[in-house]
Amino acid sequence: MQQEVVLALLAKEPSHGYQLRARLRDALGPLGDAMNDGQIYVTLARLEKAGQVAVERAAGMPDRPDRKMYALTAAGQHRVSEWLAEVSWPRPDLAEFHLKLLAAAAAHLADPIAIVDAQRRELLRRLRDAQRAAMAEPRESEAALLLEGIVLRLQADLRWLEACERTWTKRKANSRGER
Amino acid sequence: MSETGNQSMLRTRGLRKEYGKEASLVRAVDCVDLDVPAGETLAVMGPSGCGKSTLLHMLGGLDRPSSGEIWLAGERIDRMSERGMAALRRDAVGFVFQAFHLMDELTAVENVELPALLAGRSPRAARRRATALLEQVGLADRARHLPSQLSGGQRQRVAIARALANSPLIVLADEPTGNLDSEATLDVLQLLDSLHQAGQTVVIVTHDSRIAATADRLISMRDGAFVDDTRLTGGTVGNLGALAGLDG
Repeated sequence: MQQEVVLALLAKEPSHGYQLRARLRDALGPLGDAMNDGQIYVTLARLEKAGQVAVERAAGMPDRPDRKMYALTAAGQHRVSEWLAEVSWPRPDLAEFHLKLLAAAAAHLADPIAIVDAQRRELLRRLRDAQRAAMAEPRESEAALLLEGIVLRLQADLRWLEACERTWTKRKANSRGER
Repeated sequence: MSETGNQSMLRTRGLRKEYGKEASLVRAVDCVDLDVPAGETLAVMGPSGCGKSTLLHMLGGLDRPSSGEIWLAGERIDRMSERGMAALRRDAVGFVFQAFHLMDELTAVENVELPALLAGRSPRAARRRATALLEQVGLADRARHLPSQLSGGQRQRVAIARALANSPLIVLADEPTGNLDSEATLDVLQLLDSLHQAGQTVVIVTHDSRIAATADRLISMRDGAFVDDTRLTGGTVGNLGALAGLDG
């Protein structure tokens, strides 16, 4: 679990580990299913060592095995602010696929259109999974918005594959015409 | 009883549709063999002009093929009389179009009951069925609204209810989400999914990948012919979290 995410979960108020877990579950819905619950404690321990999280023992809750209360330190606070201001975005990795098509066509190793088709099938399967999860989610759930993001990105990738297909279909027709 | 001796709800052999002649001959649909088992949701995708709408129109008896055969539930439909075709379109096929094609001057419930009335059901039975269908598509409280008083997504849901009015053997949908925003698309997807759960056979032509992804099977069409036929079920059900950048 990314350290900044765990810190940011603590920004609202000092919390027990299980409360953080619950907030994450709400935010991620079915996407959090594969999450390992232990991870959050590992991350909290690292953050404590780094002086960004302070730990208090909460008294008066004997029925809870988890009695540690975690809070942000000033350094932790600072790191959260920096993270919020940071503009980062994962870069889509399209070049590899593009080069694969070019290489396949240049060396007559494979039909680029067949490669596009195979890729499309894979993305459609992923889209199907994401969409099923989105349909199962109540409309107002936090996770629905995240699932919509996944669906939209897959759609964008599928549109690019359509563009690839159009271009390579034209090239194939042209090269046939030249022969 | 099936004359072809197989279980396909819909079956075509050597299906062709040609326009023009000689040098200007266009093969809109070029020798298509198709088998759609009962209960399957099939999506046909392809660039505009690939022939997918022409194919759908022939499957539903809106257009006749130049050659080839079409069988619906074991009955050959491509050689039917005009009258037979009209009855087929009314009773055996439910159409859903991109532009909804609702009657503007009729309320939602009147639109939905119309096919049943045309098929000779009693007004009372037709109304009962229409009311139940509107409830099924989540629009019971909009029954007395005119189409102009409904959102695009609601109109398409009314159109889907209407398509089901005569309990068709097959539902044919032509770009059913083409005019809808993202949320209304999700409503229609959910509805198509519930039809699928109920065992309805559905063929959808679309270039909306979201629709295609809800199907059991996807056929890609180019230049009037099928170029790819993929089963989308039972594939790699990956880790959803990984798609959102979460690691295990």
